[in-house]
Amino acid sequence: MTTRNKTVFEPKLALRALGRSFYKLNPFSLWRNPVMLIVEIGSLVTTVFVIVWAIQGVNIAFVLQVSIWLWFTVIFANFAEALAEAQGTARAQSLRKSRQDLFARRILPNSEIEKISAQSLRKDDIILVEDGEVIASDGEIIEGTSLVDESAITGESAPVIREAGGDRSGVTGGSRVLSGKIKIRITANPGETFLDSMIKMVESARRHKTPNEIALEILLIGLTILFLVVVITLPALAGYMGVRTTVPILIALLVCLMPTTIGGLLPAIGIAGMDRLLQHNIIALSGRAIEAAGDVDIVLLDKTGTITLGNRMATEFIPAPDVSREEIIEAALLASLADETPEGRSIVVLCKNELGIKGRDIRAPEGSIFIPFSVQTRMSGINVSDRRIRKGSVDAVREFIESAGGSFSELISRQVDEVASHGDTPLVIADNGRVIGIIRLKDVLKQGIKSRLAQLRQMGIRSVMITGDNPLTAASIAAEAGLDDFVAQARPEIKLEAIRRYQTEGHLLAMIGDGTNDAPALAQADVAVAMNAGTQAAREAANMIDLDSNPTKLLDIVEVGKQILITRGALTTFSIANDVSKYFAIIPAIFAAAYPQLGILNVMHLSSPLSAVLSAVIFNAVVIPMLIPIALRGVRFRTRSVSTLLKLNLLIYGIGGLILPFIGIKIFDLIINLLKLV
Amino acid sequence: MNSVIIYLATFFTILIALAILSGRYMARVFNGQPTFLTPILRPLETLIYRICGIHEEQEMSLKDYSVSVVVFTCISLIVLFLLQLLQKLLPFNPEHFGPVRWDTAINAAISFVTNTNWQSYSGETTMSYLTQMFGLAVQNFVSAGVGIAVAIAMMRGFIRKEVKTIGNFWVDLVRSVVYVLLPLSIILTIVLASQGVVQTLRPYVKAQTLEGKQQTIAVGPAASQVAIKQLGSNGGGFFNVNSAHPFENPNWLTNFCELLAILLIPVALVFTFGSMIRNRKQGFALFYVMLILFLLGFGIALWAELSGNPMLGKIGVAGNANMQGKETRFGVVSSVLWGQSTTCTSNGSVNAMHDSKMPLTGLVYMFNMGIGEVIFGGVGVGLIGMLFYVILTMFIAGLMIGRTPEFLGKKLGPYEMIMAVIGVLLPPVALLIGSAIAIISPVARTSIANPSAHGLSEILYAYLSAAGNNGSAFAGLNANTVFYNLTLGLAMLVGRFATILPGLAIAGSLANKKTVPTSIATFPTTSILFVGMVVTVIIIVGALTYFPIFTLGPFLEHLQLFGGKLF
Repeated sequence: MTTRNKTVFEPKLALRALGRSFYKLNPFSLWRNPVMLIVEIGSLVTTVFVIVWAIQGVNIAFVLQVSIWLWFTVIFANFAEALAEAQGTARAQSLRKSRQDLFARRILPNSEIEKISAQSLRKDDIILVEDGEVIASDGEIIEGTSLVDESAITGESAPVIREAGGDRSGVTGGSRVLSGKIKIRITANPGETFLDSMIKMVESARRHKTPNEIALEILLIGLTILFLVVVITLPALAGYMGVRTTVPILIALLVCLMPTTIGGLLPAIGIAGMDRLLQHNIIALSGRAIEAAGDVDIVLLDKTGTITLGNRMATEFIPAPDVSREEIIEAALLASLADETPEGRSIVVLCKNELGIKGRDIRAPEGSIFIPFSVQTRMSGINVSDRRIRKGSVDAVREFIESAGGSFSELISRQVDEVASHGDTPLVIADNGRVIGIIRLKDVLKQGIKSRLAQLRQMGIRSVMITGDNPLTAASIAAEAGLDDFVAQARPEIKLEAIRRYQTEGHLLAMIGDGTNDAPALAQADVAVAMNAGTQAAREAANMIDLDSNPTKLLDIVEVGKQILITRGALTTFSIANDVSKYFAIIPAIFAAAYPQLGILNVMHLSSPLSAVLSAVIFNAVVIPMLIPIALRGVRFRTRSVSTLLKLNLLIYGIGGLILPFIGIKIFDLIINLLKLV
Repeated sequence: MNSVIIYLATFFTILIALAILSGRYMARVFNGQPTFLTPILRPLETLIYRICGIHEEQEMSLKDYSVSVVVFTCISLIVLFLLQLLQKLLPFNPEHFGPVRWDTAINAAISFVTNTNWQSYSGETTMSYLTQMFGLAVQNFVSAGVGIAVAIAMMRGFIRKEVKTIGNFWVDLVRSVVYVLLPLSIILTIVLASQGVVQTLRPYVKAQTLEGKQQTIAVGPAASQVAIKQLGSNGGGFFNVNSAHPFENPNWLTNFCELLAILLIPVALVFTFGSMIRNRKQGFALFYVMLILFLLGFGIALWAELSGNPMLGKIGVAGNANMQGKETRFGVVSSVLWGQSTTCTSNGSVNAMHDSKMPLTGLVYMFNMGIGEVIFGGVGVGLIGMLFYVILTMFIAGLMIGRTPEFLGKKLGPYEMIMAVIGVLLPPVALLIGSAIAIISPVARTSIANPSAHGLSEILYAYLSAAGNNGSAFAGLNANTVFYNLTLGLAMLVGRFATILPGLAIAGSLANKKTVPTSIATFPTTSILFVGMVVTVIIIVGALTYFPIFTLGPFLEHLQLFGGKLF
């Protein structure tokens, strides 16, 4: 995240990009960007004019400068792309560097262990990693549990638990095992890890254009052809009127009219988008998915870990009619002191809060016997002298009381139902044959989840919760968190079916998943984010990997997706709006010699025809590097109504694009005259 | 001044009311729902199906529909061409006209089949009654019908979800002729004939003039042809001077009715669009886009004409307003309204000579044609062209709100983009190249009456008119030469097919797509912002294309005129 504040033009990267931008002058490399290819051809032709006119002894001051600035136009565009590539690659490589020069202990089929370099690890090799060692490559734990420090990858300092079997079995090369001994099956050949595939996407030669990029490029090529025809037919039509035109001026007019600004910056915008995702610790494996993220209108969120903290927590004590508050708190505290389950600990915390004590170590009385939770009894508790305190599910405690000769009152039953009807879990506490009261266990929402969901809704995105809970519980949580919908009792096939149903209704879905059972749903979703800690199956089905395993990342992904599209639209508008001023600069310059009346079109009062043309060309070239920061950082996305957002962008990039060049061209005209360049 | 406002207000009120009614009526017709005319016309419709072997329920894919349109157009071309060459041998030729010259015949065939009705010849001295009625008049119906059919197919693209078919071309064509063009033109013919527009099959009338000389007065079945030429945005006159001729347009009432007829179906189809996509507000939004552009141009042209020619004003031979080339029975306002309507709708009929309008008026007319005839536009094709612009606008607008672009719930991808770009840009590209060749080729240059800024406008106007499938002309250009007949013919074909085929392609592609539900993140396409953006995009695309050439043509002429230069 620190990179956010860094300047766009970091010297080292900028220098490398500058070198690359000359290399990219190669027409075969420019072939991918037809707009700039035509500018390059124009530059070449003007260069030929410079040489021929120089030999003929004609004054070349003007044509030489036009030619130089045309070359600059191409180089600036190349620079934008090269800089975006350099930044993306640099970030990915710094991540990858952490896993270079690593060694791994490979377990051979005959159970012998050999030490080999990480580079020679192949897919399906099995390696052994112990305390303090660095994991050599991406893989999946097949045996053991460990505490892993992933800070090298994610920047997150708190270590995480990774273990075989569950949904937390994935490990990334470069992370360090703090404790534990694990066997890992390698899941990627060298050069095929997620980071490698992202670097490949950034490098231009192998980058696939997204459908939206292609559509925009078609528009730009269409406009280019139109302006090409306008300029080519001009000598004929103007010649009839006795107006003489020269080839360099026509080329200057063409390049100024062509959408060079957006044409030059278009590749950079897409690459920079991937780079920005990487700043959020998300590896995008498909440019298409990033764009789709801008369109997502439904997000599927797993309840556990995303919306709720994942563990039920005690939130309330409900004493039985003849029991005091102190009595129930005391009984609950005693019964839970030795209970190490998350629920048990949350009861202790609640007790301490209720009693107003903090941090003090409370111990169970001497000689008491702790009864741990077991699947058979479905209760836990404590025996203190002759007291047998138990807490557990309603049915289990009812049995316990009745066996002790007590009875379960009607009122308690009603209270139990009342708690359950809110989607919460009632725990009943009993002391020998007497019911003491009920503890309400609640799924607690993650902090900030409500505001994030509200933000999503403002963006026009509905959130749908997926949970294995029964519909009652699900509905209550959904209402509390402000979700738009939920899918309860979700099994993998139900998740998949829900996604398909939404898709046939025309929605675009994003989903975050981690478990193997999420894989089919992930494969079906339009934007599928797998948590890095998730299983290999989930990661392979996804088109983005979240290195932090933080489910609320979807918001950032959607935002980056929208930013890319907005930036494209804004710069296209800017580019086209610019053309108006260029006509007003160049057309009077060409025509006014033959028809002085047309001088009234010279609204900028540019000093001479040649300086007018040159100013327009210079502005056209210089505006590209000026806009590189916008292309790389992206136009800010604001959570406002779409009409407001559109008006704002139209105002800045449309009206701004109309006015700015009038000012810019005038300034360059003044400078040219000051320096007497033509 | 007040009478002008009352005249315009009455005209637009009647126009809009009739258009809304007809628009909804057409939606019912093309959805196959019964209308009040069904009991009368249904037997005729089914009879045609039976004779032609059309299976009414059979839907066509994009490919079948396009092939049908192209095949139908080609057959029409050949029939019309042969009819002209063989007219001497055929009946209904009381004036015994010989075969039409081959290049003129090709040009006329293309012209009528593409709904352009550019006429490089004089109708009354070239074409037999048979050619006029069974060739040209039939094409007046069916070429308009093709336009409507394709527009309807395109509308279906927006409402259908994940299907491969966009309707049946033959059914759409038959319905547009039987239910829309035929009834309307019968009503209009009766109105016109009642007001003195000639309608006869007898030979031309010989008259003795006051000086004792013989004069031949051309007559013929004009009323019926005038009716359909206006309704179907054809515009090809029965007589050479078109609706300025007293036998075509004798008085203010016929003028009023013909004006209504010019605009009626193009305006109504916008409302049909709203009804078909079950979003009438959207229809109104597009209507406002067109109305704003129409009134903008009309305002400029009216101002230019009312201000008049400063040279004539100075020497005191005329009042302020420019009356040159206008019929005194119509006056300035209604002549300008006609000119604006006819250039906006690709109709091309005239009730005054465009060549002698003020330069700025000429500029407005050329702009109307240059942007591809989308301000209401030709029947059907105008709406298609407008939808191309809407697609371009929604592409930019969609991006700027951070979504991949969509319109009416349909995602706009590279395929739609290619087609919209072809539809918007190919005609201007073709007409610019055509004009440039015409102006440098010595053969073509001899045809220019006024070698000057005005001469440039004359050539440009011809190609704008051809590529826009308009058909009106700046009269100064003698276009009945092999060069112009062929190149203008080519421009007409480009203008026609670069609209129809991309329109169908988009229809087919959209029908095959899912419909994305709207949410608060969808840009409301019925808002003022949408209307403003589409208007701006159209003006900017037009301005960027024609800035240099309009500067040297009409704009320079305007400056010269007001600078005191005469030709």
